[in-house]
Amino acid sequence: MTTLRIKDAFKRYPNGAEAVKGVSVDVGDGELVVFVGPSGCGKSTLLRMVAGLEGVTSGEIELAGRVVNDLEPAERNIAMVFQNYALYPHMTVRQNLAYGLKNRGTAKPEIDRKVEEAGALLQIAEFLDRKPSQLSGGQRQRVAMGRAIVRDPAIFLFDEPLSNLDAKLRNQMRLEIKKLQRSLGTAAIYVTHDQVEAMTLADQIVVLNNGLVEQIGTPHQVYSRPASTFVASFIGAPPMNLLKADLAGGKVTLEGHTLPVQNTGSGPVRLGLRPERVLITDDGGIPVKITVSEELGATRLIHGHIGAQAVTIAQDADIDAPSDQVHVTFRDDDAHFFDLESGKRV
Amino acid sequence: MTRTKLYDHVVLLLGVLLMVGPLAVAFLTSTHDYVTIHKEGMQVTWGGEFVETYKTVLTQQTGFTGGVTGLLMTQNSFILGLGFALGKIVISMLAAYAIVYFRFPLATFAFWIIFLTLLLPLEVRILPSYEVVQKMGLLNTYTGLILPLIASATGTFFFRQFFKSVPNELLEAARIDGAGPWRFFFDILLPLSKTMMAAIFIIMFVVGWNQYLWPTLMTTDESYFTLVRGIKQIMQNMIGADIPKYNEALAMAMLAMLPPVLVIVIFQRMFIKGLVEQEK
Repeated sequence: MTTLRIKDAFKRYPNGAEAVKGVSVDVGDGELVVFVGPSGCGKSTLLRMVAGLEGVTSGEIELAGRVVNDLEPAERNIAMVFQNYALYPHMTVRQNLAYGLKNRGTAKPEIDRKVEEAGALLQIAEFLDRKPSQLSGGQRQRVAMGRAIVRDPAIFLFDEPLSNLDAKLRNQMRLEIKKLQRSLGTAAIYVTHDQVEAMTLADQIVVLNNGLVEQIGTPHQVYSRPASTFVASFIGAPPMNLLKADLAGGKVTLEGHTLPVQNTGSGPVRLGLRPERVLITDDGGIPVKITVSEELGATRLIHGHIGAQAVTIAQDADIDAPSDQVHVTFRDDDAHFFDLESGKRV
Repeated sequence: MTRTKLYDHVVLLLGVLLMVGPLAVAFLTSTHDYVTIHKEGMQVTWGGEFVETYKTVLTQQTGFTGGVTGLLMTQNSFILGLGFALGKIVISMLAAYAIVYFRFPLATFAFWIIFLTLLLPLEVRILPSYEVVQKMGLLNTYTGLILPLIASATGTFFFRQFFKSVPNELLEAARIDGAGPWRFFFDILLPLSKTMMAAIFIIMFVVGWNQYLWPTLMTTDESYFTLVRGIKQIMQNMIGADIPKYNEALAMAMLAMLPPVLVIVIFQRMFIKGLVEQEK
């Protein structure tokens, strides 16, 4: 079953700027879908269109079986968590949680019960009578989530909810959001520009670029079979090496060195190699001139050049660091090939 | 922070002396009888007529028709000050709310037109304003006294700036929480504006209390006189060879000064808070 169906959503602002240029995405029941992309790719606009905070120029947004294009945000049965929490500063945590329910005309005992429940679930029960200004960033984040939970929505919308937290807390909250979403079994859309968040949280990742979908898939699919050079360089850190090469009859030629591959296409291509999948070999291979190495603790990043093309190699830090030149090779199924012009996978 | 030094205090004390000195002299003089004042000028000693003078000022029927007492004037001043301040807050808040939160054609233009009225103070438009109020039959009414004064470009500007600084996500969160324009205004914006309202209230109350020209023109019926007008009235009260009642005029000046001072002393903390910080 599908909770949310976005069909050919299009958003044009009055000044003519096009933020979303025909996007279709389905969110299944209980699924956590992450919209990821660089700033200005339209991911937040798309989320706000689902929320009803932005109008839909054309296309359809169907939530729980009904088209909600023309409904007010409050009538859509959604709940949203904002980047800066957007808690009402003059209300206590309890009032913050209860405000939406009160406006809906929920009975007082029912409101109390739900607020207490959410408080207990999010471990903010002891803060219920404090004001947001008396809470830490992480606690405010919980309150913001509590405000979403009490509404019992058809879908949660998260708009970069963790970007105001420090790195350690962010990892912790990320895990909690995932657990919470799993245990509630409510569908969710999570917008982020952080590919690590996208990879760790998502059931499905939607990679957006320039108002269009680049790829939709599971984190594994997006990582192991990127549909375009954009996805290839956006997902994964350090980003994938993209090298100019020539493909001909089951062989790829890179800066004068030829290796056999399965891909039978031909012509100039971009060869994609993940740094962690580049293998250092003693026996033949392509020579890489090393310019600089970075120690990351568990791994070492070696930056160098094949011919004139920059390349990054990730190496286990336990192995002794090579000095000025290494020879590299790669496994056939670790090689990705993209069209030189369109950037699409070939 | 450096330690306060002796001369810091000296400078401050000199400042206090400069500001409070004349007030003290006026107050002390008001406790003498008017013959002494007429003969010897301003006094710097306690005169012993305090109770009589202030009682007279507050309760004696004055004016040509004897239709007004000091108490009534105080009451009128309060009505003017409060009406003026509250009216300005209500009007300018609503105007700013419309300008900031609603997309209507020419909103920015409307704001600048409002802002432009700063160039046209009451004194410039006093004749047409009088004409309008007179035609509406509002001469010698509190409405006529207050209504033409409550449109406020300054207030609208302050509230506009404040509303613009309220994060937009609050509005969006409220929309998702099912709050319409009125709910958002009353439940979210109004409580957030409390310190701002207090600050504007203080300024406007004092301005309203001190209004002189408009009430002078507007009210011919003495029962609508305000304290500020009353001071002049006493000094003018020279019938025959009477000496002006300096003591009563000064006493009334002291009374007229008291409420604005009290308002500022009481609301001082909120006032500063409203101007320098915002609870967000």
